[in-house]
Amino acid sequence: MSVFLRRFYFVLVGLFLAAPLIVVAGVSVNARQTLAFPPQGFSLDWYIEIFADTGWRNALFASLTLATLSAALAVAIALPLAWFLWRRIAPWANVFQLLGIAPFTLPPVITALGLLTFWATTGFYGQPWTAVISHAIFFVTLPLVTLSLGFSAIDRSLVEAAATMGADDRTIFRTVVLPLITPYLVSGYAFAFVLSLNEYIVAYMTVGFTMETLPIKIFNALRYGYTPTMASVTVLFVVLAAVIYSLIARYGDLLKLLGANSEEKP
Amino acid sequence: MRREAPQKLTDYAPLAFPAIMLTLFFVIPFGTMIAVSFFQRQQGGFYTPAFVLSNYERFASLFFANVLGFSLMLAVLVAICCVAIGVPFTYLLTRMSRRAQIVWMVALLSVLSLSEVIIGFAWSTLFSRTAGITNLLVALGLMEKAVALSPGFPAVLTAMVYQALPYTILVLYPALVRLDPTLTEAARTLGASPLRAFFTVVVPALRATILATLIMVFIFALGSYLLPQILGRPQHWTLSVLITDQAIYQSNMPFAAAMAVFLVLVTLAMVALTLFAGRKREAAA
Repeated sequence: MSVFLRRFYFVLVGLFLAAPLIVVAGVSVNARQTLAFPPQGFSLDWYIEIFADTGWRNALFASLTLATLSAALAVAIALPLAWFLWRRIAPWANVFQLLGIAPFTLPPVITALGLLTFWATTGFYGQPWTAVISHAIFFVTLPLVTLSLGFSAIDRSLVEAAATMGADDRTIFRTVVLPLITPYLVSGYAFAFVLSLNEYIVAYMTVGFTMETLPIKIFNALRYGYTPTMASVTVLFVVLAAVIYSLIARYGDLLKLLGANSEEKP
Repeated sequence: MRREAPQKLTDYAPLAFPAIMLTLFFVIPFGTMIAVSFFQRQQGGFYTPAFVLSNYERFASLFFANVLGFSLMLAVLVAICCVAIGVPFTYLLTRMSRRAQIVWMVALLSVLSLSEVIIGFAWSTLFSRTAGITNLLVALGLMEKAVALSPGFPAVLTAMVYQALPYTILVLYPALVRLDPTLTEAARTLGASPLRAFFTVVVPALRATILATLIMVFIFALGSYLLPQILGRPQHWTLSVLITDQAIYQSNMPFAAAMAVFLVLVTLAMVALTLFAGRKREAAA
C-alpha cells in the first residue's frame, strides 16, 4: 500500500477514535450550562466543579478509593497464584488460573449478577467493602496475565545460581524474583486500577444504591438530563488513563506486555 | 531452581489465599446465580427457594426470540466491522517503528479503558442536535439544519464498533507482530502489488487468527450492557440490557438469573469454538 493510502487510513481510524472525545472536550469548556459544540465562550468552571461540588467530589474519592484498594487486592490474589504456577508442577492448580481469567472473559453482566445474588443472599448487600472484593475478583485477570508473563520471562539459571549458593525460597523471592517481576506487578496493578476506575455494572449491581462511584454518578446524571461536569469528568478520565499507560510505556516494555517480542537491545 | 511437584503440605500454602478468594467470591456467587434461576419469584421483588422451570419457560416467547436474535445479529455485525477495520490497521501498525506503535497503543488502551457510561455519553453528544456532528455538516454547507442522529440503530452500531475496535486490535496484535515479514517480501519480489500481497499472503496465513478474533469480539460485543440503552430505542435492547433491566428495575432476579445462565451457555459455546479453531491452527502449523 502506498504511503499516502496508509497515512490516510491511519488518520481515518485516529479521527474515529478521537472524534467523540474532541466533541466532549469542546463541550466541557462551554461558558454556560448548555450542550453546544463548537463551545460558546471559554471557561474551566466545569473542571473546578468536579472538586467544588460535594456530590462529584465524593464520587471521585469513592472511585479512587475503590480502584486503589481493589487493584491491590487483585494483585494480592494474582501474585501468589502466578508464583505457585511458575514454581511448582501441579497441573490441577491450573483450574485456579482458569477461574482467575473467567470473570473477565464472560460478559460482565454475568459476574455482576452472580455477585449481586451472592451479596444479597449473605446479607452484606450494599456494604462499600463488597465492591472492593467484587472489583478485585472481576479484574484479577489483568495482574494474573501480566505476572504470568513476567514469571515466564525470568531466566531460570539466575534462580538456580541463588539456590546453589544456599538461598531458600523466601530469600530467592525477595532478592531475585521480586526485582525481576516488579515492572509486571506495577503494570498489572495499573491496568486493574484504570479499569476499576471506569467500571460501571459490577459496582452498580453491588453498591449502586448506597454509594456513588463516578461512572454511576455520570449515568445517574445522564438520566436526569445534561450537566457539563459529565464532560469535564470524561476528559479527566481519558487524560488519567493516557498518563498511566504512558508511564507504563516509559518505564516498562508496553509492546511486550501486549504480545510483541521483547525489544532488541542495540 | 527447576520446577518441582509440591513435596510437603506447606508447599501448597501460597495457593491458599487465591484459591479461597476465587472459590468464595467467584465460584459460589456463580452457583448462587444458577440456584436463583430456579427460584420462585414472589410479589414485591423477593424470591423464595424452590425448583421451578418457569423462569426458563419464559424464553419460549416471540419477544425473547426477537431480543436474542437481535443481540446475536448485532454482535456478529460489530465483530465483522471491527475485524474488517482492525486487520489491515493492525498489520500496518506492526510495520511501523516501535515508538509509533507505543503511541498508538497508549491511545488504544486509553479508549479501551473508557467506561461504557462515558462512551455512551460521548457518542450521544456527538450525535446530538445541538452539539453534534451535523452542525459541522451544516457549517460546510452540506446540510440544511442540524438533526439528532440518536436514538437509532446506526448510533448503537457505531458506538459498539468504537468500543470493540481497540479490543480487536489488541487481540490481533500478538499474532500479526510475529508474522514472518519474509512472507510478504517474497510475494513482493515475485511482483505482487502490496495490496495483492496483503490479500493473497497475509490474510490466508491468518485465517485461523481472524476466525478466533471474530468470535472473541462477538463475545465482547454480546456483553455490551449500556450502549443499546443510551443510544437505541427499546427494540434495540440486547440480552445484556434486558438482564440488567430485569434485575434492577423489574426486581425479577430469578428471570434475570435464568437469562444470565443462558448467556453463559452461549458464551461457552463460542469459547469452545475458539479453542477448536485454535487447535486446528496448531494442527495446520
